[in-house]
Amino acid sequence: MNRNFSRKYLGIPYFIFLLIFVVLPLLVILYYAFTNGEGQFTFSNLINFFTDPNTLGTLLYSFCLALATTVVCLLLAYPVSYILSQSNWKFKSVIVMIFVMPMWINFTLRVTALKEILTLIEGNLAFHPFLNSIIGMTYDFLPFMILPIYTTLSKLDRSLLEAAADLGAGKRQSFYRVTLPLSMPGIVSGVSMVFLPAMTNYVVLDMMYNSTYIMGSLIGSYFSAYDWHNGSMIALILLVIICLFTLVTNGDEDTGVRGGTLV
Amino acid sequence: MRTFNSFGKTITAADRRKTFRAFAKKAMPKTLVSSLLVLTTAFSPIAGELDLVETAEAADDTIILRVCNWEEYMDLGGWEDDEVIDLESGDIFGEKALYEDFEDWYYETYGQKVKVEYSCFGTNEELYNMLTLGDTYDLVCPSEYMIMKLMSEDWLVPYSDGFFDETNENNYYVRNVSPFIEETLSTHEINGEYWNKYMAGYMWGITGILYNPNEMTREEASTWSVLNNPDFYRQVTIKDNVRDSYFAAMAALKADLLTSDEFINDENYSDNLMAEMNDVSDETIESIQDYLQDVKNNVYSFETDSGKADMITGKVLGNYQWSGDAVYAMDQAEEDGLYLEFAVPEECTNMWFDGWVMLKNGIGQDSAKQQAAEAFVNFLSMPENAVRNMYYIGYTSVISGGMDGDVIYEYLEWNYGAEDEEDAVDYDLTYFFDPEDTTGEYILTTYEEQTKRQLYAQYPLEDVINRSAIMEYFDSDVNAKINQMWINVRCYNLRNVPFWGWIIILIAFVAMISFFVYEKKNTIKAEKADKIR
Repeated sequence: MNRNFSRKYLGIPYFIFLLIFVVLPLLVILYYAFTNGEGQFTFSNLINFFTDPNTLGTLLYSFCLALATTVVCLLLAYPVSYILSQSNWKFKSVIVMIFVMPMWINFTLRVTALKEILTLIEGNLAFHPFLNSIIGMTYDFLPFMILPIYTTLSKLDRSLLEAAADLGAGKRQSFYRVTLPLSMPGIVSGVSMVFLPAMTNYVVLDMMYNSTYIMGSLIGSYFSAYDWHNGSMIALILLVIICLFTLVTNGDEDTGVRGGTLV
Repeated sequence: MRTFNSFGKTITAADRRKTFRAFAKKAMPKTLVSSLLVLTTAFSPIAGELDLVETAEAADDTIILRVCNWEEYMDLGGWEDDEVIDLESGDIFGEKALYEDFEDWYYETYGQKVKVEYSCFGTNEELYNMLTLGDTYDLVCPSEYMIMKLMSEDWLVPYSDGFFDETNENNYYVRNVSPFIEETLSTHEINGEYWNKYMAGYMWGITGILYNPNEMTREEASTWSVLNNPDFYRQVTIKDNVRDSYFAAMAALKADLLTSDEFINDENYSDNLMAEMNDVSDETIESIQDYLQDVKNNVYSFETDSGKADMITGKVLGNYQWSGDAVYAMDQAEEDGLYLEFAVPEECTNMWFDGWVMLKNGIGQDSAKQQAAEAFVNFLSMPENAVRNMYYIGYTSVISGGMDGDVIYEYLEWNYGAEDEEDAVDYDLTYFFDPEDTTGEYILTTYEEQTKRQLYAQYPLEDVINRSAIMEYFDSDVNAKINQMWINVRCYNLRNVPFWGWIIILIAFVAMISFFVYEKKNTIKAEKADKIR
């Protein structure tokens, strides 16, 4: 009885944390998003967003950038994870570690190094800002894609593949009809961990000399002009997009093998 | 309970113990050491008790001064031994941070303890946002346009009459501020009040182009339109900052007017220039937007901090730069054997000031605190401390020496002087140190190259000063317009999406929807199959 009582209270710090750092800021954003400079309720910020070709263009630009990053990450990460999980190498975990290791190095340092390498290859970075941003983001986010896919794939029950083979499926067929569908949860969590941050991570763009704003920098530019209202509205719209995205993909996560998430 | 109050003093006791221990290790056998340790530990509470009498008294009326400054904008001490600046009037050396030295100096001078809580901000806008969100500071150091904004919004406490008393030896600011700076601050007004009522200058400078003389001529660099020069396609950088970009674009657009003889020779040249460079009419904003869009397609990047490093590594050949950062970049590049130069565009340059202002929500009616805040400004204005700051951060102090000797000028000679060199040239800085001087005391003999490099950036010549304009703050309507202009420049406009782009988007959208529908169907099918089983 006593023990139960104390255990319940262990959750309180997290609850307080949640309240102060998640719920309260959200309410503040909500307040600013639907008020104007005089503190009156208004929808004009929302209308502004959907009528200004610049903000919509930025949304599109961020979306394309994030999509490209995600696709590249997925194309790189899946084969690696697949080969690693299928092999019987002794040092498998070491190789996985090598892929994850960049995460242990400071982000700024990594991108600065990448910048120098790309300058050696391309000459002048400013000629291909979009491409460089994708490379920078891929470099930054790749581990977040590899880890969940690798975890899902290595948890995959091999007897299923044997059963497929017994039932006459070729290698290719058993991959498309067994392995790929069963690794969907890993892919989904990898995609959501790469796609969403890629829409707002403007630091990479800054460092790769891309002068075009994405959603994150757009919010920042409103805030530095003391315009909390339009900035908050954009933040809110991003939040809604993320919610929609999670809702759509959530259905898949319940099917098949569980697990594979990083967090 | 009371022993906890004397925190500072218990450290001393602990230190004493440490020295004892170090000494004991060398000289005494182990047993003796332990007994001694026991002894000192036993005595230290008593020692703490004794010290307490004076600290408890002082603790009550210690003034807490909350100072907020730019990052890397004050000497924080810790110099290497070989960094001593050995001037004729004495050595200058930074051991501790200046604000820590201030605490000692204030106690010695006024017999009152002060504790400085020192913090930093990144941009003027960030500071303003911090203030509006309720952070309280006593003394902050924004740039002139933010000071104007704070003045017009009634945030500031004016400096007291005592601060301007030149006969008081401790008033280092009024005694030593450059006459040129003083004149500037006392002739510009906002809402009928002169700047110097609320603002004590700290650092000042101009903007210009830092360039690589091997790849770009001085002539090419001496105009703002270098940013839009196709010869340097993707090889120049501009500041990622609305105000700086706005200024450069406006100067480039108005170049013909600004460099015409008629305009320059007009008797109200300075006033006209300032009016032209503070033009915020809708047409101007619009044409600046177009111009900046072109610039965006020509420059290497809009940079906040990377420009200096990119100049040194040779990624870019020209860089819109503030004078102090240009000095820093030239110093750094020199270590790599690269000699960069600094040019001030012929059209005009943006003169700026950073200054100390006292805030109402921090100081309030507290006269003791206000005295400490004013003393802090005075302490920083001591010529020796101004030199420490200049050496440490590379920007130019508003202090010229004046009534407390010629330390600043000596520092310039120490830094740039070339008395015995053959290619030495004269560099006239009379305007800054003493405009009334006719003896030529402030004509520096320096290396010829310095007239294009660090010295020129740090202390520009009078002709540069003459074509400098101060950019005022934008009121909230204009600010909104200009920010919108900036967003228009920086954002990808939906209208730029080509026709095939829309088709791809449409196809992608349809593909995604059908994929999800297909997935959902499969899931439902699988669930049904599960149920039947």
